[in-house]
Amino acid sequence: MGLELYLDLLSQPCRSIYIFARSNNIPFEFKHVELFKGLTCAFYQAITFKKPYLGLPTSPDSVAWFCCANGTSYPAKLEASITAGPSNSEGAGKVSLLKKVPALKDGDFTLAECTAILLYLSRKYNTPDHWYPSDIQKRARVDEYLSWHHANIRANAPKTMWIKVLIPLFTGQPLPSEKLQEVMEGLSTSLKQFEERFLQDKAFIIGSEISLADLVAIVELMQPVGVGCDIFEDRPRLREWRRRVEDAVGKELFFQAHEMILNIKELSNIQIDPQLKEQLAPVLMKMLK
Amino acid sequence: MGLELYLDLLSQPCRALYIFARSNNIPFEFKRVQLVKGQHKTEEFRKVNVLMKVPALKDGSFTLAESIAILLYLVQKFKTPDHWYPSDLQKRARVDEYLSWQHANIRMKGSKLFLSKVLLPLLTGQPLPPEKLEFATEELNVTLTQFEEKFLQDKPFIAGSEISLADLVAVVELMQPVCAGYDLFEERPKLKEWRRRVEEAVGKQLFQEAHEEIMDVKNLTADQFAPELLENFKQQLLKQN
Repeated sequence: MGLELYLDLLSQPCRSIYIFARSNNIPFEFKHVELFKGLTCAFYQAITFKKPYLGLPTSPDSVAWFCCANGTSYPAKLEASITAGPSNSEGAGKVSLLKKVPALKDGDFTLAECTAILLYLSRKYNTPDHWYPSDIQKRARVDEYLSWHHANIRANAPKTMWIKVLIPLFTGQPLPSEKLQEVMEGLSTSLKQFEERFLQDKAFIIGSEISLADLVAIVELMQPVGVGCDIFEDRPRLREWRRRVEDAVGKELFFQAHEMILNIKELSNIQIDPQLKEQLAPVLMKMLK
Repeated sequence: MGLELYLDLLSQPCRALYIFARSNNIPFEFKRVQLVKGQHKTEEFRKVNVLMKVPALKDGSFTLAESIAILLYLVQKFKTPDHWYPSDLQKRARVDEYLSWQHANIRMKGSKLFLSKVLLPLLTGQPLPPEKLEFATEELNVTLTQFEEKFLQDKPFIAGSEISLADLVAVVELMQPVCAGYDLFEERPKLKEWRRRVEEAVGKQLFQEAHEEIMDVKNLTADQFAPELLENFKQQLLKQN
């Protein structure tokens, strides 16, 4: 059995791994794992038939899985009924004890965390040097970005999707505008630092060639774009950088990876089982903290 | 001019760097940047790190921020013993996995508890409401359980039989809530044993030395903070809580 990558393309880190692996012709089996069971199906129903219904049995598994996948603690009453993961992707449940995507399985070896997976793939498959340069200072720049991004870009960019689409979807109500404003302000600060410290006047973060840093950055920034907060609009330098990144990985691949997120608004048309809504609402609100 | 490390040992990532460099006899100039005095906001420091955070490194004209990037830079430049960042692909991946995961988990939740128990009451003059403290403690405990079950498991160290960057980065983070008065090792014998092993591996004396200031943090008073910082800090903390 070869390399397996457990991915959900709604997730930013999953997209960076998907693009990296495809761009470098790394052979792998795409194991689809949904951040929320049934969501992809409902999503595609929404796009095609316009009459989607997310009517899952209100299994505690679904909610527990969701919580684990999103790194938030689940309500105590569900703890007793936690199983290894949703029944349609048992493999994924066993693969990653953290039950998060992305995850990698290479024979008996399993691995979580986007950065770790990208680095593992770049080493195992000897990808071109520019992705993770052997030059000590250039490499340090990539490490610097990959580290910084967690508490900065990644702290705010994902929230845009939750606030504008997913939380209203599951709670039935939009969130107060201050919530989004707060997140956008935080994101703005991070973007300013990104331009000032990481990108500067270079073509890419490390200089003239694309690296893992640019890939990890771009997928994160596509999240707000997908939900209608076009952060590239007033930032010409970033816009140009994005264009270069797209060209470097291949436009077709880039857009294929982003198909779901760019059509995420279709999800607003999905109806959700009311009991499921009730279970998820407190969990979702907690995620915003 | 040799290697300069800009550090404040009250900060967890700074301690990891300090211990790593000293433990490996890496020659460096310790440039103290006192956070409570606002020294990270000076124009001079901004030239070293425009993000105005510690730790930071200066090696000739090359400057670098982010403790993990700095640790990896030192590993490569000074060719430290293999166990710190194993050349074995899978062991290395385990270290990378922890170093990535910890940002939003141990680091975030450990820091939050520290801020809630020590800094916020210190700066606002009021204790934090018990529910908030309870919530912060609960969140930390969830990640501690994940740390034990996923990363440490039954091994002596995260990557296996020897200490690596992952253990060092983990232990300094866990010392923050401990020094705030929450002895998380008390009810977790496995973690307690692991901590003991980490201290021995780096050298007990060095470990204690690196933690001297943070162990004394409860004696910090509001008047030790630069006044301009005080208000700013207070607002920031209140917003986060």
